[in-house]
Amino acid sequence: MRHRGAALPDHRRHRRDQLPHHPTDLHPGGEAMNRPGKLVYGLLAAVILGGLFPLWWSFLIASHDSSILSRDPFPLIPGGNFISNAATVIDTVDFWQATLNSIIVSTVVSVSVVFFATLAGYAFAKLRFRGRGPLLVFVIATMAVPTQLGVVPLYQVMAKLGWTGELQAVIVPGLVTAFGVFWMTQYLSSAVPDELIEAARVDGCSMIRTFWHVGLVAARPAASMLGLFTFVATWTNFFWPFIVLRSSNPTLPVALQQLQAAHWVDYSLVLAGALLATIPLLILFVVAGRQLVSGIMQGAVKQ
Amino acid sequence: MSTTSTLRPRAETAEPPPKRIGFGGRLSRWDLKLSPYLYISPFFILFFVTGLFPLVYTGWVAVHDWDLIMGQGEFVGAKNFTDVLGGRDFWKALGNTFSIFVLSSVPQVIAAITIAALLDANLRAKTFWRMGVLLPYVVAPVAVSLIFSNLFADKYGLINSLIGLVGIDPIAWHGERLPSHIAIATMVNFRWTGYNALIFLAAMQAIPRDLYEQASIDGAGKIRQFFSVTVPMLRPTIIFIVITSTIGGLQIFDEARLYDQFGRGGADGQWQTLTILLYEQGWTQSNFGRASATAVLLFLIIVVIGVINYLIIRLISTPEVKR
Repeated sequence: MRHRGAALPDHRRHRRDQLPHHPTDLHPGGEAMNRPGKLVYGLLAAVILGGLFPLWWSFLIASHDSSILSRDPFPLIPGGNFISNAATVIDTVDFWQATLNSIIVSTVVSVSVVFFATLAGYAFAKLRFRGRGPLLVFVIATMAVPTQLGVVPLYQVMAKLGWTGELQAVIVPGLVTAFGVFWMTQYLSSAVPDELIEAARVDGCSMIRTFWHVGLVAARPAASMLGLFTFVATWTNFFWPFIVLRSSNPTLPVALQQLQAAHWVDYSLVLAGALLATIPLLILFVVAGRQLVSGIMQGAVKQ
Repeated sequence: MSTTSTLRPRAETAEPPPKRIGFGGRLSRWDLKLSPYLYISPFFILFFVTGLFPLVYTGWVAVHDWDLIMGQGEFVGAKNFTDVLGGRDFWKALGNTFSIFVLSSVPQVIAAITIAALLDANLRAKTFWRMGVLLPYVVAPVAVSLIFSNLFADKYGLINSLIGLVGIDPIAWHGERLPSHIAIATMVNFRWTGYNALIFLAAMQAIPRDLYEQASIDGAGKIRQFFSVTVPMLRPTIIFIVITSTIGGLQIFDEARLYDQFGRGGADGQWQTLTILLYEQGWTQSNFGRASATAVLLFLIIVVIGVINYLIIRLISTPEVKR
């Protein structure tokens, strides 16, 4: 029970290790404090290279023309065609439109999931009301239900509303997630001291102002992680957008699918498209990968 | 509310007391009572409309003749189900789905635990290594399948060239059933192994370090400690990952859909999964009734597996509680 959050023991070990003349440094055989050997670093480096390799390979092909595949020996340095291939991709499928659509959908969905999940999570974690227990159990239970299997009626609903082909058909079903509510409930129940809420109430704060100034502020770290995850998940989502959007107004994954159908022999183009669609998330990863990592680690300990 | 008045007597007297308590108090009581329901209502309303209702309504569609364009036809009872179950596609897709699922989840769990054990060592630049293994997670499955479809190309594919170097004949990755499953499972593993490794890592770091000290005093080496301490302590996490990957794995669509340009799961349905079948029935054959029947069946399978998982968890976790 001492080790609640993942960050804590890790952090502690790290600190202890930074001390310059820790006694265990003098005993290379001492088990606990040793730096791992080269083998561990080597294996990890191999894993990371294994993860990078497919991307690098795609870049090699995407930067030549597709005759590269039959060339012998296979050129291992990038060619100069990536820009022109990318330009062809951008012309073939409406790439900018697709990118813009992906940005709109992912941003709206992430902001909405974060807001509504924080609101509901705050209520479940910090407010007392009749039916709270059963309702929370219901939320958790729905996490195990694959709502994707309701695609047929959901499509009919969208058709009735005249939304098929429109972005709101993708946005609206994504506006809330049970996972988000659960995640924020978990976080807020320990992050906000009840006394703080009570104090705000005593000072005459209305419920919503208390939420705004106490709950939402305290939720920030967990909210930014939830936002990141939702953004990545929405950006990469394919199944539902593929069903409900038209080819004239796609998100990026749907556009890629069209590119493949139009240019299936031309791997240089197809892979250039795959990389183009990946670049925005790679940038996001470079900027926020650290948070993504700690988000996974926290979520894992809390579940 | 009584605390309010005792704490702030001056404020109470500053204004006309009866009116303020009456109106403000009532408002505040309503605020207190209603607010929680207001806060949770967006989730429930949206979830009922876009999640639960469609799910339940699928059952209704499944017992009707139902066309994508024409809409609801007559009630046909179990006919859609017998059609689906009587056809060869369903069973083939079911087999494919399970095969791909097993090929992805088993190696993935093993690889993820191993990577987590490496990351659990006292590394320099921890965050760098953790981010490194997570990188594939941000590559969209659609992009992943385009890339791997090329790596696993039957002609000129890198994998076939590589195994050619060691004298193995080219494998028909897009032609034969099992090889196509391996290729698709590889895509799933590519994207999720690092993610699961981080979940395992978090669980590993919560294992009390003195267990390892004890084990090493008892003379257990690193490997022995891994199997006798780490793995048993990770059991709940392993189960969690198996469950989540089951739910995801049984619905696999993206990776298989884009494995070739036709998107139908192979010329002979070699890698057609249940979700691809559902899509084909609903949107290609415009038979919503049959697609819904498939969805209901897939749902039942997921529920059954969920129950089995749950029973296994109870079975496994009982001794854990006694500890």
